Amino acid sequence: MKMTGAEALVRSLENAGVEVLFGYPGGVVLPIFDALYDATSIRQILVRHEQAAVHAADGYARVTGKPAAVLVTSGPGATNTVTGIANAYMDSIPMVVFTGQVATPVIGTDAFQESDITGITIPITKHNYLVKDAAELPEVIAEAFHIATTGRPGPVLVDVPADVGKREITYKWPETLNLPGYKPTFKGHAKMIKQAAQLISKARKPLLYAGGGVLSAGAWKELKELAELMQLPVVTTLMGKGAFPEDHHLFVGMPGMHGAKYTNYSITETDLLIAVGVRFDDRVTGKLAAFATKAKIIHIDVDPAEIGKNKAVDVPIVGDARYVLSEIVAELRKMNAEPRTDAWMRVIDDWRARYPLHYHHPDGVLMPQHVIERVRELTKDRPTVICTEVGQNQMWACQYTHIREPRTWVSSGGLGTMGFGLPAAIGAQLGRPGYLVVDIAGDGSIQMNSQEMATAAIEKLPVKVVILNNGYLGMVRQWQELFYDRRYSSSTLAQDCPDFVKLAEAYGWHGARVTEPGDVDAALTAAFAHDGPALIDFRVSREECVYPMVAPGGSIDEMLGGIPGGPVSEMLDGELLEEVWE
Amino acid sequence: MQHKHTLSVLVENKPGVLSRVTSLFARRGFNIDSLAVGVTEDPTLSRITIVVGGEDTSLEQVAKQLHKLINVIKIQDLDPHEMVDRELVLFKVNAPPDRRHEVIEIANVFRTKVVDVGKNTLTIEATGAGEKLAAMEDLLRAYGIKEVARTGRIALSRGLREGQAQG
Ligand SMILES: Cc1ncc(C[n+]2csc(CCOP(=O)(O)OP(=O)(O)O)c2C)c(N)n1
Ligand SMILES: [Mg+2]
Repeated sequence: MKMTGAEALVRSLENAGVEVLFGYPGGVVLPIFDALYDATSIRQILVRHEQAAVHAADGYARVTGKPAAVLVTSGPGATNTVTGIANAYMDSIPMVVFTGQVATPVIGTDAFQESDITGITIPITKHNYLVKDAAELPEVIAEAFHIATTGRPGPVLVDVPADVGKREITYKWPETLNLPGYKPTFKGHAKMIKQAAQLISKARKPLLYAGGGVLSAGAWKELKELAELMQLPVVTTLMGKGAFPEDHHLFVGMPGMHGAKYTNYSITETDLLIAVGVRFDDRVTGKLAAFATKAKIIHIDVDPAEIGKNKAVDVPIVGDARYVLSEIVAELRKMNAEPRTDAWMRVIDDWRARYPLHYHHPDGVLMPQHVIERVRELTKDRPTVICTEVGQNQMWACQYTHIREPRTWVSSGGLGTMGFGLPAAIGAQLGRPGYLVVDIAGDGSIQMNSQEMATAAIEKLPVKVVILNNGYLGMVRQWQELFYDRRYSSSTLAQDCPDFVKLAEAYGWHGARVTEPGDVDAALTAAFAHDGPALIDFRVSREECVYPMVAPGGSIDEMLGGIPGGPVSEMLDGELLEEVWE
Repeated sequence: MQHKHTLSVLVENKPGVLSRVTSLFARRGFNIDSLAVGVTEDPTLSRITIVVGGEDTSLEQVAKQLHKLINVIKIQDLDPHEMVDRELVLFKVNAPPDRRHEVIEIANVFRTKVVDVGKNTLTIEATGAGEKLAAMEDLLRAYGIKEVARTGRIALSRGLREGQAQG
């Protein structure tokens, strides 16, 4: 069938199964937007900034597992997507970003709104394309979606010059793809899987360490099956939150810099660390030389480059987490393996009781952690997606929410991008229309993409923004308090500027302000019941810190703050422990 | 452990692939000592030969990252004992008429060719493995080397001998 390149692009999106496109137009992409005018099967969202288009596609992909498309113009439109793409790349989120480019004859001449976006994004995309021949568009787009969604997922960028969109071609959606250099390993090595099962069956103090890879592989059922079969305690990383139900008795929290003491202690003490879809990030491991030193390590990951990157591994398994976990379960069943973790769980439960997450709650003071606890309790019986911004708000959200369903937690992990939460919430709301979508925000972060309040209002996406307004770039202030002698250089904001309630109202949102702990529930209930988007400005205690905290570069069992309690070595004198490990 | 490695990287012969490969080395803090690229027996494929030094473990990490590039098909870290390697170098050497014959002699000893004769210079085309070229460069230095151009090392793994199994 004959059609223009622009029409072929749109037809290819339909063939690739794209349901949502986040975009922002400009000169060179007008032919494509014109072709989109008739595309009724694709929901098109006009954002207010290109960075937000990418974050929205990111949020959409996190809650659905499906890639969305982004379409922006050349030059500034393209460069505005860079932060969003870097964010998706770090967190392995699938999406395809289309950028307009100047016409092929003028590429390389510093033409108006020309930027070398494929050059710029080489280090932050899984792959990218500059399409010079319109006839290649269907094939390139088919490849782009295939690459974005398979193996270790990630963003792919397709740069489309203006003349390519206008040229007439014969459309043909490819039946097979020719990617000789791209063959992700799916099945894990059978011998390694056997070896892993052997180790798991014998371990006295095993620990599952699960990350975002479990979610992208859709392996949460298999993870739970393994954990329950062998009664293995489970920690999940920031990216893995929701991969294991956080109200489960085997759940032991999020490890790392702001992990609970009982979580980090269990990593220090484990004799078998079963790492699944994680990358031993420095925010998790702290000082590598002191991380899980008593453990043998099994590492399951679809990306061979992650295995052994930061930490030497005893049993490396390259493969799809879902496949590998189900094979390990089958192997353990064959062996009639029995759980041996009763004593280990008693130790962990003892730590849990002695060193719970904790904050001081002075009378009459509105505490940020309390606000999150109330969000958690008031959404208990309602399908909810929790998004976050970055900073203290994000860490408290990690600590005090209990995510029970996979793909209902949306937070910027590897890049830690302030301004991610609101646009991601917009994407999440589109991906899960029936869900309550809450963005736990900081007063600093929310101002980095607050223009998207217009998008939510106009597209009728009833997201709820909970601002923990401390009048500071709180996490920066915390580091300055702890490591820079309380010299608050460039970290002070103003709680009343902007007036967030007026800002909400300016966009046609429901807005409210809470200053008293007693008013938290009523305000949240009203916002959640409101049928449109809502924002609550919680004026929280200004100089609260996130605890516990591992100092940067420190060992994860040496934590500041929280309840006093010595390092693991001191606690191991207890009778309980003697009874456990003879 | 620090070592020089000769990586033979088979890639799709498409625009931009070379820069994806080289920028990866730069990004991960590796300095490329030599680089040669050309099309293979299959016109859709190119071979990039890269000589690079560095820690073995971090080089292994770069090789793994290189594998992740969609256009990279195969990577071999060639065993120095099991490869043939060559480089072509052009030396432009000071050679006033009275010393010209000495330089020509050196060229002959190394079985290389004089490819250009100027009033006061000779240009020698030399091909060989690293040590030979280094030895020759050493000798020529005494006359004054004015300019050098190198192709960069190219290498292939040796063919199987009798009794060797395909690994
Ligand atoms: C785009 C971006 N710029 C800077 C930072 C560094 N940074 C990390 S947390 C933080 C403060 C966040 O302030 P706020 O949103 O008010 O959250 P709070 O920590 O107060 O909860 C900053 C500046 C970042 N993560 N992202
Ligand atoms: Mg703040």
